[in-house]
Amino acid sequence: MTEQQSASALSRRDFIARSAAVAGGLGLGFHVPFDAAAQSAAASTPEVNAWVVIRPDETVVIRIARSEMGQGTLTGLAQPVAEELECDWSKVTTEYPTPGQSLARNRVWGNFSTGGSRGVRESQEYMRQGGAAARTMLVQAAANAWGVPASECRVEKGVISHPASGRSTSYGKVAEAASKIEPPKEVQLKDPKDWTIAGKSVPRLDTAEKLTGKQVYGMDLRLPGMLNAAIKDCPVFGGKVASYDAKAVEGMPGVKAVVRVGESAVAVVADTWWRAKTALDALPVTWDEGPNAKVSSETIMAMLKEGLEAKEAFVGNRNGDAAAAIAGAAKRVEAVYGYPFQNHATMEVMNATAVWTSDRCEVWTPTQNGEAALAAASEAAGLPALRCDVHKIHLGGGFGRRGAVHDWVRQVVAIAKEMPGTPIKLIWSREEDMVHGKYHPITQCKLVGGLDDRGNLVGVHMRISGQSILAGLLPQNLQNGRDPVTFQGLNPGGAEAAIGYTIPNVLIDHAMRNPHVPPGFWRGVNTNPNAIYLESFMDELAHAAGQDPLEFRRKLMANHPKHLGVLNAVAERAGWGKPMPAGHGRGIAQIMGFGSYTAAVAEVSVDDAGRLKIHRIVAATDPGHAVNPQQIEAQVEGSFVYGLSAALYGECTVADGRIVEQNFDSYPVMRLDEMPKVETIVMPSGGFWGGVGEPTIAVAAPAVLNAIFAATGKRVRQIPVKNADLRRA
Amino acid sequence: MPRLNVNGTVRDIEVEPDTPLLWVIREQIGLTGTKYGCGIAQCGACTVHIDGAAVRSCALPVSAVAEEQKIVTIEGLSPDGSHPVQKAWLALDVPQCGFCQPGMIMAASALLAQNPKPTEEQIRSEITNICRCGTYNRVLAGVKLAAEGGEAGRG
Repeated sequence: MTEQQSASALSRRDFIARSAAVAGGLGLGFHVPFDAAAQSAAASTPEVNAWVVIRPDETVVIRIARSEMGQGTLTGLAQPVAEELECDWSKVTTEYPTPGQSLARNRVWGNFSTGGSRGVRESQEYMRQGGAAARTMLVQAAANAWGVPASECRVEKGVISHPASGRSTSYGKVAEAASKIEPPKEVQLKDPKDWTIAGKSVPRLDTAEKLTGKQVYGMDLRLPGMLNAAIKDCPVFGGKVASYDAKAVEGMPGVKAVVRVGESAVAVVADTWWRAKTALDALPVTWDEGPNAKVSSETIMAMLKEGLEAKEAFVGNRNGDAAAAIAGAAKRVEAVYGYPFQNHATMEVMNATAVWTSDRCEVWTPTQNGEAALAAASEAAGLPALRCDVHKIHLGGGFGRRGAVHDWVRQVVAIAKEMPGTPIKLIWSREEDMVHGKYHPITQCKLVGGLDDRGNLVGVHMRISGQSILAGLLPQNLQNGRDPVTFQGLNPGGAEAAIGYTIPNVLIDHAMRNPHVPPGFWRGVNTNPNAIYLESFMDELAHAAGQDPLEFRRKLMANHPKHLGVLNAVAERAGWGKPMPAGHGRGIAQIMGFGSYTAAVAEVSVDDAGRLKIHRIVAATDPGHAVNPQQIEAQVEGSFVYGLSAALYGECTVADGRIVEQNFDSYPVMRLDEMPKVETIVMPSGGFWGGVGEPTIAVAAPAVLNAIFAATGKRVRQIPVKNADLRRA
Repeated sequence: MPRLNVNGTVRDIEVEPDTPLLWVIREQIGLTGTKYGCGIAQCGACTVHIDGAAVRSCALPVSAVAEEQKIVTIEGLSPDGSHPVQKAWLALDVPQCGFCQPGMIMAASALLAQNPKPTEEQIRSEITNICRCGTYNRVLAGVKLAAEGGEAGRG
């Protein structure tokens, strides 16, 4: 057997095993020879309903439309379904339906979008109903077989019994009969106080394979006959390919094709990715960089500074007359803050695999939104969506990069279209991933506040100047030109992201200034800068008023008990007010975002050389209902890594129209040596469903920035902190 | 033709000599548990053991590895996921997205092989792999648990 044949045999075996794991009982729509074998085992078991399949061996398959990217949504959504289903949790496994199957079934699985910390909170109700309906049908099937009323039957851990006659059976035995029963029109959901699976810190369902290398990520996929592609897009956003010399690399080892991708990119296709990348690096390309090549960080900053003083701005929150209140105040406080572009820097770079023929296109990719990926594939393929499908693969990180736009999916389909019938796997290099992100929007913020002669806050004007995510990504969602997402955490009310303070006179507005660097939703989105701006400025106001920052906040929070609840919890646990050694300081911050309330206290020290050490974080979150507390703790801990990496180091700069930072050597992130101890308080107050993947990110930076001030007297107003001199004056 | 000893099996390799070991492992040998993260030995997602030491395979040309040297990947760390580090990781539910975890586990297991009872400071300075989900606190706890025997029950 040649190496090529053995590789092919290996990949085929792997693929069969993996397709069962990845696509599960729904199988793969793509018609490769082994497709039927991959499908047959699971397809022989009919579903009880769209959410639940129970196999004869009692395995309970729960279908999840949202994507797993580390946040634990597979487990977190399976729990409430299993709760209502009354099945044996140890028998539960999960699978992804495909967006194509959902489309063909009138979107039976609802929204696939996995962003905005919405996974659990927006789908729990219909998924719990799905679990309850399946339970009703399974019990009815047993009751029918026994000729007894279903109301006389009981069920526990997947075992149905009829106490009056002493009979019992199991879900696996009645599942097929249950699948033929008319679904109930209404179901009663359990009271959360009666939960035994949901609300508990059960271990994740997807851990074991992540410890052995068996977990398949998009980058790991292998299909028979597959070729690999590496791509380079014009480094200046908006630029184009002028020309390239394919002949220079066509003879290089393994190279199969050099393909122009759209107006702006060129790809090399080879037998292996390394050979494709090697040839791509050697490919002479001339770019038509266009007018954006003149843009730099400095020109962008000038654009934003102009917006700070501009007359026209979109209003996000207005109450009273802030200008008059500030003008009449005994003391005026003013500060300008800023937040840079940042790359998501998922550990797994963008990638996808596609096969295109004139009548069908299939894509395998890590995506936060299967339906959006399907739409992108369909458009790029030139085929109706029902002739395409997307097979979701576990994400090696998402953080918002893999949700709203699927630029890499469009690319891979465009390449696959040039080679009909051949599976093409496109993997970006880390450098490509760094310079072609969808960046955290850049903003500046000018805050002006007024204090009366007793130190009471009488008015605040908060002017945000800068980039709108919606204008860049989803302009159809703007409201008369205004981007409501800009005001996350600053809204006057609502269940999503309301400000936690009652300020007598307030104006929060946005001068939209959109540089050419493409923005994206970045874990925490606009709560990140907004929490820095608001919570750092609250700290400044408190100091200007000669008051304790915690007490200053509390006075403004009487009408915001849930915001206040988490703030008090962290203050108490952290020992707010207790003396600290010289050079140490405590900072506090709170915000509401994604339907949840979060607060944090940070304890830091700064040595004589200006070196920062973050010693301890105390964080509290009130997400309403807590489906899996230990996974909420994991999300909160991780939020401090992501949020503090951003605060300390995160910065993508622009020179000659392109992103300067190319890899982790110039775009550093937090590592284990700097990781503070994180103490998490999960305090669900019930009655609402908030998200947990994102809200805590936002309090990480302001808690630390306020602690730096407490330790040094230095106020860092422009992140990242790495650019600031923290030595005490 | 160069030969490599990977997970106890010696294999012939047909590839340009400057190909990084990572891509030989992933694309020629077909073991995809070892990940590409950065290509410049910064993030550690590609960590394997060479003669017991943790090595970042993404920036190491395959020509620099001799046939006598024993390469171990995540797939070869234990027959069934029963290495003390893997057991500790399972007990603490360490991974989130999991992409960096093969490299993290290979770095942790190499550390413990050389220093069975590392101090917290040693763990913090020796494990320099990047995790963007932010599993560091559980990684730290996992290495400590593995060092204590790693026999704690799950959950």
